[in-house]
Amino acid sequence: METTYCDRCGEPGGGAAHDGCRAARELEPPRFCAHCRRRMKVQVVPAGWTATCVEHGTLTGH
Amino acid sequence: MSTSSVSVLDRARTRVLAEGQGLDQADILEVLRLPDEDIPAALQLAHEVRMRWCGPEVEVEGIVSLKTGGCPEDCHFCSQSGLFSSPVRSVWLDIPSLVKAAEQTAATGASEFCIVAAVRGPDAKLMQQMRDGVKAIKEAVDINVAASLGMLSQEQVDDLVDMGVHRYNHNLETCRSYFPNVVTTHSWEERWSTLKMVRDSGMEVCCGGIIGLGETLEQRAEFAAQLAELEPDEVPLNFLNPRPGTPLGDQPVMDPKDALRAIAAFRLALPRTILRYAGGREITLGDLGTREGLLGGINAVIVGNYLTTLGRPATSDLELLAELKMPVKALSATL
Repeated sequence: METTYCDRCGEPGGGAAHDGCRAARELEPPRFCAHCRRRMKVQVVPAGWTATCVEHGTLTGH
Repeated sequence: MSTSSVSVLDRARTRVLAEGQGLDQADILEVLRLPDEDIPAALQLAHEVRMRWCGPEVEVEGIVSLKTGGCPEDCHFCSQSGLFSSPVRSVWLDIPSLVKAAEQTAATGASEFCIVAAVRGPDAKLMQQMRDGVKAIKEAVDINVAASLGMLSQEQVDDLVDMGVHRYNHNLETCRSYFPNVVTTHSWEERWSTLKMVRDSGMEVCCGGIIGLGETLEQRAEFAAQLAELEPDEVPLNFLNPRPGTPLGDQPVMDPKDALRAIAAFRLALPRTILRYAGGREITLGDLGTREGLLGGINAVIVGNYLTTLGRPATSDLELLAELKMPVKALSATL
């Protein structure tokens, strides 16, 4: 599936414009679905996180 | 070492290290103003104070958000306010996931598990979730349960005591004089009122705040002195992690040297409290900052992730504690 949007800021993704977002994402879960730009439901717990887009499913991470 | 800093650190050596009394506001301000070359000496003294009055143990805690986002309050640093254009959506954690998070926290050796909700104060639904959640945790996990649910009524304080919540977190966030610049939907005094009720209930009081909100050094010293007046059992020390979409989203991350000065100053103001490294330490001080803090007055950490942002892996902190020969405070030591 094509990635279209930045999963941190929700703007059209790719390129140097999102270097700051990529760096910040090391300490943040995603907030926007990279496929459709919907704000995801994100739950952070001590040992991980889940981020759910109603259309594109759930991502997990630590 | 500069002449003035010799003076304030000498005073601290007598008053704080030898006598166990915190510095007053004027001396806290002097520590916050120490020249760069005196920061190591201040941190070393703060470490000696912590070892003398608290001991080598480090209290480890995990925190989890029971109810995220959609908060009606306007705390300008917070991505969970429903009044800002933050990307954080409202979400509730179910009880099985809450228990699992408590189990994972206990597996790290932590003695504390704090349940947090982004609310002005708890409503009936949240109090029922707490009742069910705390009961389920206590049946499944051997860990102290703390809570942070905003401003409370006396009845809610009593309910939390009945549930077995042993510590309540309610941060003042910043000093009284700067608070209106940070929050306009409620007052510093309202927060103070909840803290007094918590104190009178017998629950332990956890109260800290965020450094780097734009407050002056004078206001930072005022904040430390006001916390000392409260005599909290624990002070969580956060450093601003500017969140997109919040009024403080463009605030610069604070200078790491100022963060280290603040750690030393808060320990010298609060020699006997549990001083916990909380949010923002990674972005402000990097990996090395954890070591410097633990050798500079900090004696508690939040391990793993925070409420909406991610932290260092718990194993990184635990390995560092082992290397520094700082034992994790056992659950039995807190009961």
